[in-house]
Amino acid sequence: MKKSGKTVKPSEKGIFHVFNTVGMWVVMIVMIYPIWFALINSLNFGDELTKGYSFLWPAKFTFASWKMVLGDAEILRALWITGSRTILVTIGSTLVTAMFAYGFSRPYLRGKQFFTALGFVSMYFSGGVISTFLLYNWIGLYNSYWVYVIPALFGGFYNVIIYNSNFKAIPDSLFESAKLDGANEFRIFFSIVFPLSKPVITALGVFTACGVWNDYGTTLFYTQDNSLQTLANYTLKLVKSSQAAEQLAATVMQANQSVSALINSAMGSGEATSKTIELSAMILTAIPVIVAYPFVQKFFTKGVMVGSVKG
Amino acid sequence: MKKEKKRIYQYGMNKKTQLELYAMMAPGTILVILFCIVPLFGLLIAFKDYRPVSGVEGIFTSPWNNFRNFKILFRNYDFLPMLKNTLGINLLNNLLSIPVTLFFALMLNEVLNSRFKTLIQTVTYMPHFLSWVVFGGLFMTLLSTDNGLVNSVLMKIGLIDSPIGFLAEPKYFWWITAITSLLKELGWGAILYIAAIAGVDQELYEAAMIDGAGRFKRMWYITIPSIKTTIMIMVIFAISGMLNNNFTQIYVFQNSLNISASQVIDTYIYEYGLRQLQFGMATAVGLAKSILALVLLCGANKVSNKLTDTGLF
Repeated sequence: MKKSGKTVKPSEKGIFHVFNTVGMWVVMIVMIYPIWFALINSLNFGDELTKGYSFLWPAKFTFASWKMVLGDAEILRALWITGSRTILVTIGSTLVTAMFAYGFSRPYLRGKQFFTALGFVSMYFSGGVISTFLLYNWIGLYNSYWVYVIPALFGGFYNVIIYNSNFKAIPDSLFESAKLDGANEFRIFFSIVFPLSKPVITALGVFTACGVWNDYGTTLFYTQDNSLQTLANYTLKLVKSSQAAEQLAATVMQANQSVSALINSAMGSGEATSKTIELSAMILTAIPVIVAYPFVQKFFTKGVMVGSVKG
Repeated sequence: MKKEKKRIYQYGMNKKTQLELYAMMAPGTILVILFCIVPLFGLLIAFKDYRPVSGVEGIFTSPWNNFRNFKILFRNYDFLPMLKNTLGINLLNNLLSIPVTLFFALMLNEVLNSRFKTLIQTVTYMPHFLSWVVFGGLFMTLLSTDNGLVNSVLMKIGLIDSPIGFLAEPKYFWWITAITSLLKELGWGAILYIAAIAGVDQELYEAAMIDGAGRFKRMWYITIPSIKTTIMIMVIFAISGMLNNNFTQIYVFQNSLNISASQVIDTYIYEYGLRQLQFGMATAVGLAKSILALVLLCGANKVSNKLTDTGLF
């Protein structure tokens, strides 16, 4: 740490840091602002939106669209499906995947080559959407609630690799003494390994939960009934239909003013319109992620980097 | 290290322990075999005249058709545009995101106030966890022709006279996907670079400072060469993923007006396979894609091994 008098000392002064700080604020605002924008406009009077969006604060505050969204039976069912599925898959897949990885990480496991081969094949080859569709249809998962849960119960070999390197970092002596004391493997896993691996388990659990909550592909590919819709899928439909309506209105506008006015009025007027409802549904889909995020953020770097760097 | 490996784990060699381990691994193993290995047999229908009504037995009993699915696919008038979109979107995406993410990581590393740094990381990681439905929906609202923020601003400063239909015109589609995915993954993608930068020997910087190297010279001559391995790994991943588009993102932005710029392999499989029930052809596309992706991965790895002595394997 010797420094000659002329060495530049790190400090926050100077033109570079001014630019850097301003740049960072711009990046942050670009990322946060769209969410704020959607939030305030979902709390805005629908009629105000036809005049123009609010940019900082609702022009005319109302909970109307939120009341409609939270009172809509279809959305509530989608919320229930998405929520229950997220909880089941997160708990189940954490348990199944971590137990598998624990077995895999034991140096005395016999037949490890078999599991390695299984992992390699499953990571680099895939049957694709059609084969999966045929399989689900065959075993009765197609268009059933369980298609959301059962195939997702194994978190994949990427997660196994991360768990594996974390479990391997636990000193051998712990296992050895537990074994000598007569503990079986389940006991060792639940009372030694699990508590010691909290950061990585929390981090991977959060990733799983987010992935499941945000997933709409399963709904799109492997279900048919509206009653099996997830929240993400419902919101996607709203987004797509409002986009289609907007384009229709724009196309017609050039040809016929009165028809376009008619389309606009069909999109709704009053306190809640299709646009404010769409924005509320988007925020509703984002809320759990935004709310849970600050609490678990500290585990991300701890849990994930430890695994990948050592791996 | 060698002694460590040769160690005999006497306490784990008994039959009871092995059975317990197998019991723990059984649920995962069954799920992998059922949902990853079994569907591989379904790939057979890429080479067969498969009809959906024939069910699962049909996969094995349908007649071989001498690569007709592939021939139909390559002759299809929308095959080449679809391939062009797939490669173009990915290329634009990577050319934009790899350098910008690296630059962001370098700049973030220059932020000395640790609380401000944490704030930046917290905010920039967040979009990664949002659904594309939400993130894409938000940007569609901002890009809307109907009083959308971007059009309003552009009109106010006089750059355009009438609103631009960003999502209705194919020519904007690639840029919309590239810029939105850059924004969504910027902070998260920087984690790996930041971890690599943290591992660079600090004495190198001190020596460079004494020699009078400025901030950007230090980045260019010390930081970037030191994290070359990480950058190369990102490039290899990018190349091996050239045929893989983010379906979740593209499907959100796709509509009938921009389809000429937005149809990619993954949306094509969905459209032809699950909506028009052309199972044979859709499987053929998927199979061709995964084989090419594996070739790309091995190729990129080999080139990287030769040029920079770094690679995945």
